[in-house]
Formats: sequence, structure tokens, C-alpha cells
Amino acid sequence: MNAEIDLQRFLARRSFVELTARERALAILDAGSARELVGPFDRQHSVWLEMQGIVPQEDDGVVVMHGRIDGEPAVVIAIEGAFQGGSMGEVAGQKIVCALELATRDHERGRSTRPVLLFETGGVRLQEANLGLAVIAEIQSAIIALRRHVPVVAVIAGLVGCFGGMSLAAALCSRLIVTRQARLGMNGPEVIEQEAGIQEMEAADKRLIWSLIGGEQRAAVGLADDLVEDDADDIARTVRAAFREAKPVTHRTEQVDLFLDRLAAIDTDRVKDGATLRGLWGKGEAK
Amino acid sequence: MEVFDFTYPGDTVIDGRVHVGVVGSGDLEILLEPSPDDKTHVRIRTSVEGYGAVWQSVLDRFFSRYHGKVAIEINDFGATPGMVSLRLQQAVEENGK
Repeated sequence: MNAEIDLQRFLARRSFVELTARERALAILDAGSARELVGPFDRQHSVWLEMQGIVPQEDDGVVVMHGRIDGEPAVVIAIEGAFQGGSMGEVAGQKIVCALELATRDHERGRSTRPVLLFETGGVRLQEANLGLAVIAEIQSAIIALRRHVPVVAVIAGLVGCFGGMSLAAALCSRLIVTRQARLGMNGPEVIEQEAGIQEMEAADKRLIWSLIGGEQRAAVGLADDLVEDDADDIARTVRAAFREAKPVTHRTEQVDLFLDRLAAIDTDRVKDGATLRGLWGKGEAK
Repeated sequence: MEVFDFTYPGDTVIDGRVHVGVVGSGDLEILLEPSPDDKTHVRIRTSVEGYGAVWQSVLDRFFSRYHGKVAIEINDFGATPGMVSLRLQQAVEENGK
């Protein structure tokens, strides 16, 4: 808890967590190279929200920007966590699917496009029900198709984190970058408390929650690849490095047996907190 | 959700378009672009109902000082009048850059 902080660096940094989705995308791409696709003035907002008396956002909470990373063509897809919890509806999800599929098509035609996903999402948008669920499945398929050609790099910065079906999408990515503020999990703590009772999980206990599903823990057990500071420059650098190190990736989702064996070997009754799990799980030799 | 439309006389032609803000708690997004006709148009979708008179006051005040012929679309998620004024100011400033 009392880790030494480089104060000068801490004060000089530009928080990535505090940026909007549009600002985040710009922070990742080479300066001056970004061009937004299907932006707010195209007015592709959700028709379903208005029917339910909810104010829509004109980009439906997803910002897609084409540009360059280290001079190479790239597409950054950023989810706006402040709008409806970054939830995935029909339009929001379809924008992600189209961007990923266009990147795949580029690769099939011999043109490289580097894909970056900036997750900030509670998962499916309940107001759009099956349309949201279906589009998340499409996002997952699109990631699998694209990662055969190029590393699909993802960032979870916080504070929303990445939950539900979109946590599975994050798990499919080739490289997952997280901050200490990030959270990654299937069910959110509030949902677990509501469904399984407070003895299972107390959602208000922030230290416990972050010790279980926080970025530091996820990186320590090998479910995320890079733990970075909440610093826009650091994050952009780590994304660049992920594309530069063109080493072949064995995706976590291609190591099903390894993870099943690990799960089977752990006595869950002994896991009282994140630190115990780290000890039992090891450092994540999977990667 | 409630929808309001306001019209003001405009006298300065502007070009370019600007997007500011987020439809997040206590915030709003503003889409500002040139007006299709000779007037200034404001369309508001707001999550908070019953505040038509407050919107009227905030906009009356703003357009007593700004006379661009603009079409403005606002998607509001419970922004305070102060926040609305600041976002409007930000939108016209960025348009002037």
C-alpha cells in the first residue's frame, strides 16, 4: 500500500482514465493522423433508447478512429464508459464489428491495419436485450478472425472496467494492457452480492473487489499482459511496443487445458482474497 | 425524457461544426453546425423533465451575447444550468478556432 511514488512523474503524467473515449483514441494514434469514422454528426444513435425514454448519444458511445501507429495504418475503437456504462447496444456493437471486419479485410488484401480496442464497458445494454447479446458474439468472432493476421491489442483503463460478454471479448485479445484502476470480470461485484449474498462478496468492500478482479491482480495471475500506470503516454507507448514485438502469440483462449487444470488444482475454499489466489495460481506461466 | 425546440434570430454566418461533451451523469453533448436557414435553432433532449423554463432562461442569456446562425442539438443527462452554459461557451469557442 505504501509503495514509493515518483512524485515528479506522478504530477507530470496525463491521466488516461480521466479522458473521454474520443480523447483516448487520439492519445493512442500518431499525432495528426486520426480521422473519425461514423462520428456524432452521422447521427447513428440508438433508436431503442429513445423509445424507452432514455437520452441517446449521437455516436452511441463508441468512437472509431482510423489513423496511424508508428506510421502504420491503424484503427482505434474506444468505448465511452460515461454513456450508459459503456454498454453494448445494436449500433455501438455494430460499429466495433464493422471496424474489426474492415481491418480483417485489409489484411486479406495484403494491407496491414493495427487494431486497438479501448474497453470501458459493463457488457450488454439491457435496454437492447438480444440485439446487444448478438452483437457481442459478433465482436468476439471478429476478434478471433482478425487475430490470425495481426495482434489485437486491448486496453482496460478504468474506472468502469470490463464486464459481462465484453470481458470475454477482452480475454480473446492477443495483448491485454491494464492499469491498477481497471477491473476485469464476468459478473460485477454488485451482481454477485445480489445473486449469491453478502457472505459471498461484499460489493462495497473496494479493497477486496480490486484485490480479486483489479488490474494488478489480473496481471499477476497472467490474465492480463501488461500492468501500466494511469498515464496516457505510458499506455500509448505500451500499445506501440505490443505491435513492435512481432513475436507469435499463443492466445489464452487456445490454452483451454492448461487453464482447466489450474482451476481443477485449486481448492476454492482456501481462496479468501486475491493474495491467496496469487500464491495458489502462480505467476501465470501460461504466457 | 423531454424534448424542447428553441429558435433565435441569428446574424453571423458560421462554418465548420463542433462536437463537445458526453451524455454522462451531470453532463451533456452538444452538436453545433451551420444553420440551414437564417435563424438559430436549438433542439434539446433531456433526461430531466419539467425544466423548460430553466432551459429558456439559460438559452435566452446565452443568445443575448452570441449571434451565430447555428443549428445546435443537445443531448442532456442532467447537467446543471452552469454546466450547460460552459458547454455552450466551449462549443462556440472551439468553432471559432
